[in-house]
Amino acid sequence: MWFYIQGILVLAMINIIAVLGVTVFTGFTGLFSLGHAAFIAAGAYTAAILTHFYGVDFYLALALGGLVAGLLSLVIGIPTLRAKLRSDYFAIATLGFGEAFKMILENMDITQGARGLPGITTYANIWNVTIITVLVVAVTANFVFSKYGRMAVAAREDYMAAEMMGINLFHVQLRSLFFSAVLAGIAGGLFAHYLGFIQPSLFTGSQSSMLVIAVVTGGMGSISGPILAALLFATIPEALRLANMWRMVTYGAVLVAIMVLRPQGILGYKEITFKGIAGLFRRNKPKNIVDSKGALS
Amino acid sequence: MLLQTLVTGLAIGGIYALMAVGYSLVFSIMGFSNWAYGTIIMYGSYIGYYSLTKFGCPFWLALILSMFGGAALCVMNERIAYAPLRKRKAPSLFLMISAMGTAIFLENMVYVLIGAHYYSFPEVFQTQVFEVWGASIGILDLFAIVFSFTAIYALNYFINHTRLGIGIRAVSYDNTVAQINGVNLSWTIGLVFVLSGFLAGISGTFFGMKYMVYPTMGNITNKAFIAAVIGGLGSLPGAVIGGIILGVLESLVSVYVSSTYRDVFSFSFLIVLLIFLPLGLMGKNLEEKV
Repeated sequence: MWFYIQGILVLAMINIIAVLGVTVFTGFTGLFSLGHAAFIAAGAYTAAILTHFYGVDFYLALALGGLVAGLLSLVIGIPTLRAKLRSDYFAIATLGFGEAFKMILENMDITQGARGLPGITTYANIWNVTIITVLVVAVTANFVFSKYGRMAVAAREDYMAAEMMGINLFHVQLRSLFFSAVLAGIAGGLFAHYLGFIQPSLFTGSQSSMLVIAVVTGGMGSISGPILAALLFATIPEALRLANMWRMVTYGAVLVAIMVLRPQGILGYKEITFKGIAGLFRRNKPKNIVDSKGALS
Repeated sequence: MLLQTLVTGLAIGGIYALMAVGYSLVFSIMGFSNWAYGTIIMYGSYIGYYSLTKFGCPFWLALILSMFGGAALCVMNERIAYAPLRKRKAPSLFLMISAMGTAIFLENMVYVLIGAHYYSFPEVFQTQVFEVWGASIGILDLFAIVFSFTAIYALNYFINHTRLGIGIRAVSYDNTVAQINGVNLSWTIGLVFVLSGFLAGISGTFFGMKYMVYPTMGNITNKAFIAAVIGGLGSLPGAVIGGIILGVLESLVSVYVSSTYRDVFSFSFLIVLLIFLPLGLMGKNLEEKV
C-alpha cells in the first residue's frame, strides 16, 4: 500500500514540476503553449540516453536534460516570438512543433523509435524527487517575484503599456519560455528515471493541454493554485479508479463546470500563504486581511 | 500519377476545407478556437455510420441525419459550455479551456458508450474508378470534391446574400454595434453554431467514409485547425484555401517524399508560414493601435 501511495506521490510531484514550468510561461505571460510535451520528451530522452548508454551521473544527466529542453524551446521560441504571433496562432505553432518533435523521436535511431527505451535504471525515488520539487518551487517563486517575473506580469496585463515603459516583450517572453522548458525537461528526466521506460507516445499533445488546463483551472498568475490543481488532477483519478471508464468523462465535465462557475480558476491570482491560512482560523477577523500580494482570506 | 495525386489531394483538401470553415466561422464570431469541434466532427461520423448500418438509411438520409446531429451537438455545446462565459465577457483563454473540457468529455463518452473499436463504413459508392488521362480517380473522391465545394458555395451565398448571413457578418465585425442595429446576438451565435454543426456532419461522414470511424478521430481534425490557421483564423475564403493547400501538400509529400514524414512537413510548413505571415494568408489584423 505504501508503495502504491508513494508511486502516486512521485508522479504527482513530477507533474507539479511540469505544471510549474507551464505556469511560468502561460500564467505569467498569457501566451498559450500546447507543445510543452515536446520539452518534457526532450528532457526525458536526453537524460535517459545519457545515463543508459553513456553512464553519465544521474543528476548531471538531469541538468543536461533540462538544458537541452531549454535550447529546444529557443528553436521554436525565437522565430515565433519575434514574429509576434498572437494567442491562437502561437498555440497552434507550438502544437505543430510538439507533434513534429514526437514524430522525429519516433523515427530516430538513438531513441529506438516508437518501441521506446526500456530498462532505464530507476534512480529517481520519493526522496530525491521531493527535494527537487521543493527546490523547483522555491526557485520558481523567486523567479516570479523577481524583476523578470514582474516584467512578465506587466506584459501579460497590457503589452502595449509595458512596451512603452521600456520592457522588451520579446526578451521577457523568451526568458519565461526558456525557464519553463528547463523545468519541463527536468520533470521529463525524473519521469524517465522513475518509470524506467519511455516511448514517444507518452508525450502527446493531450499531455500538453492537460498541463495548460492545470494552470488555468488552478488560477492564472498564481503559483499555489496550479500546484493544487496538479495535485488534485494526479490524485483524484486514482480515487476514482473503481469507476475507471467514467473517470475521464467526469474530468471533462468538471473542467467545463469550473470554467462556467469559477472562471478565474480555483485560486485565481491569489496565493495560499501562512498568513492567509492563519486568518481562516482567527475569530475576530481584521478588516483588511488581503495584503499586497493578495493572500487567501 | 501527378494528376491522380492532385485529385486525391483535392478530395481530402475539400474535407479539410469544410472543417476549417466550421472552425473559422466560430472564430470570426466568438474570437476563440473551438477545440471541441473535432469531437463533434467525430460524432457526426458516428451518426452517419450508425444510420447507414444499424438503421439501413439511404446515403442522403444518413448525411442529413449527421448534419442535424452535428448541429444539435454544436448548439448544446455553445449553450452549456460557452454561453455563460460569453455573457460574462470572459477572456478567450477560459473559453478555450472550456472547449477542451467539452472535447475530453465527448471523446471519453464514446469510449464508455461505444468502445474503442475502429469501424469502416459500408461501401455506398462502388470502389469503381474511372480513367482520365492515365490517372484512376475514385468515385468517392470525386463525389467528396463536388459535395464539399457545393456546400462551401451554399454557405458563401447564405452569408453574403441573406438577411441572417448579413447579421452574422455584422456580429463578426463588432457585436455591440450589431446589437444596437437590431441583431439578436444570442440567436446569431446559435445560428453560427448550427451552420458549423452542419459542416461537421458533412465532413465527418466523408472523412469516415474515406478512412475509418474511431474515437480519436478528433485529433486528425487538428489538421483542419491548421488549415484554418494557414488561411487566417476568422476568414472563410482563407479557410478554404488553407484546406486545399494542406490537402494537396500532404498528398504530394506522401507520394514524392515520404509518408512517415508527411505530418512533419505539414507542421513545419505551418510554422514557417506563420513566421513570415503571423496572421495566416488572409487573417484580419486586429492589433490595437494607440
